[in-house]
Amino acid sequence: MTAMQHVSLGAHYVVHLPTPDDFAFWRERARQLIQCDVPPDRVSWVEPGGTGDLFAQEGPSRGERRLPLPEKSARQVRASKRFMKLARNAALHSDPERFGLLYRVLWRLQSKPRCMEDKADADVRRVEELDKSVRRDSHKMHAFVRFREVTDETGAEHYVAWFEPDHHIVRANAGFFMRRFANMNWSILTPRGCLHWDGTTMRESGPARREDAPGGDPVEALWKSYYSSIFNPARLKVGAMLAEMPKKYWKNMPESELIPELIAGAQAREAGMVAAGAREDRKLPSSVDAIAQGIGACRDCPIAECSTRAVMGEGALGARLMIVGEQPGDQEDEQGKPFVGPAGQLLDEYLTKVGIARSQAYVTNAVKHFKFTWKGKRRLHQSPTAKEIDACRWWLEAERSVVKPRVVLALGASAARGLLGKTVSIARARGTPMPLEDGSELWVTAHPSYLLRLDGEARAEQAAKFESDLEAVRARLTQIAGC
Amino acid sequence: MTQQTLRQKLEILADAAKYDASCASSGTARKNSLGGKGIGSTEGMGICHAYAPDGRCISLLKILLTNHCIFDCHYCVNRKSSNVRRARFSPQEVANLTLSFYRRNYIEGLFLSSGIIKSSNHTMEQLVEVARILREEHDFRGYIHLKTIPEADAELIHQAGLYADRVSINVELPTTKGLTRLAPDKDESTIEGAMGKTKARIIEAKDERKRFKHAPRFAPAGQSTQMIVGADDANDAAIVGRASGLYKRFGLRRVYYSAFSPIPDASAVLPLKRPPLMREHRLYQSDWLMRFYGYAPQEVAQATEKDGNLPLDIDPKLAWALKFREQFPVDVNRASKEQLLRVPGLGTVAVRRILAARRHRTLRLDDVAKLTQSITKVRPFLITLDWRPTVLTDRADLRALLAPKQEQLELF
Repeated sequence: MTAMQHVSLGAHYVVHLPTPDDFAFWRERARQLIQCDVPPDRVSWVEPGGTGDLFAQEGPSRGERRLPLPEKSARQVRASKRFMKLARNAALHSDPERFGLLYRVLWRLQSKPRCMEDKADADVRRVEELDKSVRRDSHKMHAFVRFREVTDETGAEHYVAWFEPDHHIVRANAGFFMRRFANMNWSILTPRGCLHWDGTTMRESGPARREDAPGGDPVEALWKSYYSSIFNPARLKVGAMLAEMPKKYWKNMPESELIPELIAGAQAREAGMVAAGAREDRKLPSSVDAIAQGIGACRDCPIAECSTRAVMGEGALGARLMIVGEQPGDQEDEQGKPFVGPAGQLLDEYLTKVGIARSQAYVTNAVKHFKFTWKGKRRLHQSPTAKEIDACRWWLEAERSVVKPRVVLALGASAARGLLGKTVSIARARGTPMPLEDGSELWVTAHPSYLLRLDGEARAEQAAKFESDLEAVRARLTQIAGC
Repeated sequence: MTQQTLRQKLEILADAAKYDASCASSGTARKNSLGGKGIGSTEGMGICHAYAPDGRCISLLKILLTNHCIFDCHYCVNRKSSNVRRARFSPQEVANLTLSFYRRNYIEGLFLSSGIIKSSNHTMEQLVEVARILREEHDFRGYIHLKTIPEADAELIHQAGLYADRVSINVELPTTKGLTRLAPDKDESTIEGAMGKTKARIIEAKDERKRFKHAPRFAPAGQSTQMIVGADDANDAAIVGRASGLYKRFGLRRVYYSAFSPIPDASAVLPLKRPPLMREHRLYQSDWLMRFYGYAPQEVAQATEKDGNLPLDIDPKLAWALKFREQFPVDVNRASKEQLLRVPGLGTVAVRRILAARRHRTLRLDDVAKLTQSITKVRPFLITLDWRPTVLTDRADLRALLAPKQEQLELF
């Protein structure tokens, strides 16, 4: 208690800070007061525009002058690194009590150097809270400042932003914007003071009003388009957005005016997408009858609306070979059986030629309904689209899971897509088997109707290839039967 | 066809890019524009410049160079057979757009991906060209994330890594079976081969920087990947196993999970349902358990239910604790850091604070309450000076007590 000799007993000291964010000034005075052993309850800290202190008997300037001077022998004031780190931020908080709090903790640190580690202590927690909210405010400033481009009197581009921080953070964050936009002319206007950078020097000016900032920028239209396009209406999570972007920031962000509209439209957009592809979570039917019933009622693609009926595959269950065509034709649609038209007859002819009994195989199509256009009184075949084949793929999978063939022969590109899920080139895929997921193997060849459309030499050439493909399949079947 | 305006293109190509989950701009080398000609800085911490109503942060300008694609992946809105509007940016347009957004402080940088046009190499060249224009012509020092195409030449991927902060290749689906079924044009071994090469380059470049001050950086923010959840039948145990394998083998910074969400003009092969957002959240939680809480992948798998999926009503850490009750309660005043990290409701921050505080006092329940988010949640698993949950930990209905309350039904 030696320093008490310099301090009038019971005297109360008032320190007036020149600016609300002057940490260095506070540090200077706090060091001096602690060296003179002035306890925290006998100091008040007043920031500009503050109301002062009830106990202060003197005017501001005289109070300042009355601060005691420490003795030369006074011991050094010490603080932990952690305290310094937090205090620099906490000093920027808008809480008028902050400097008093920091002085109190600094005072305690002198007798208990590790007291910052006691996280259950009320003062320590408060300092941490202040630090946290200042860091958050700075972070939001880095994130939510929105520059608008204007042309200044010299004709140069100038970027101006208006921002309303919660705390005294403007000066402390000048460095961030300078390092980021070093070669740009910019100004950040705030009600707590403004920053101006011209590419070489930083200038400060007093508080500004919103009207001082420019009102718009043509690029904002692009930004808003981006904002509404990047939003996924199927994942609406308004709470998560509000937690990170509270409404208080919205008024200075051009994109925020879109939010209510995006939220309102989201559910409708999502429901629309689900309905457009509506396919409830159903199980693969487990019997041929169930499949036959299912395809009759299926409206997953528009083809079903026009054709007479769905054409189910036919053949032996447990057949080793499954032959898949493209879709039923005119005749098949009439009779309700697969491969009974001209292409079917040609197929039968070649099967007999190589020695495959059609009765031993299961014959079906990648698409179960007939797709056509009217030409006069004739129904003219139309190829199914990839999407239609994919829609019907589900039924083909059901048939495969019931029939369980060892070898699947796809006739033509549509059939191959129905089995593989991707479009392959017949010329490249034919001749070598491809493994399918369920352990069976897929052989690909042309559709017999392709042969019907050719004549002369081209037909002879393709017919030979077709025959040799069927021959390879037969050889493979014999091999499987043998082992 | 009329010429599309820049704005129309942006709408199409941002819309097409929104199914990529990653938007991180953190963890790269520090750089700033002082002393340069251009703009941009990265200071370690990522910045989210806006949040969309889906709760996702908007940190980067995330767009595709084009959504034309020669591939036909069923889960993808841009697949060849999809009936969506198509558009294409020129590399210069993307560079200009990035700069004009960056100058207004809308973004941290660019996340560029693309559909495959002409060939994998051609597409990769275009992506690299955008990065080149930004870095070399405009001296742009912000963040660039390039999606690389596994089938492209190694030299092009190398170029990409020299310009970009982060590179990524999506593994797309957790199982090989799912990949062959839903992405018939993609191949697992090609994807993993490219990830392996990228890993080797990152390590090599780091090593060179140690020895030569001016050695070029290669993807300083590392590489990441993305998996789609809910498009195939892989369960959570399989997904977690796959993710931990990827972390280990390729030194990934992050594995992102993306709940499969309905897309316009969806392929008929996929069930269109509301995206399993809660499942995605539980997977991210388990990811955190492995990365920050010292859980092994098998331990996360132990938390799954009979079907191999994590419970949706409670978080994986609580699920694990309920299965291994013999490990609890733990004494806050004595337990090791590892033990405390296993207590449901204690995060890494709370554990750090407890460890620091208990050097100064013997903790009571009130003290723990000050250091944690919710004392009711952690209480059944802790012993403090004045608290011992004798009965609680053994109660059969503990799960019901701790699980979030079910919403009461409305009167009909």
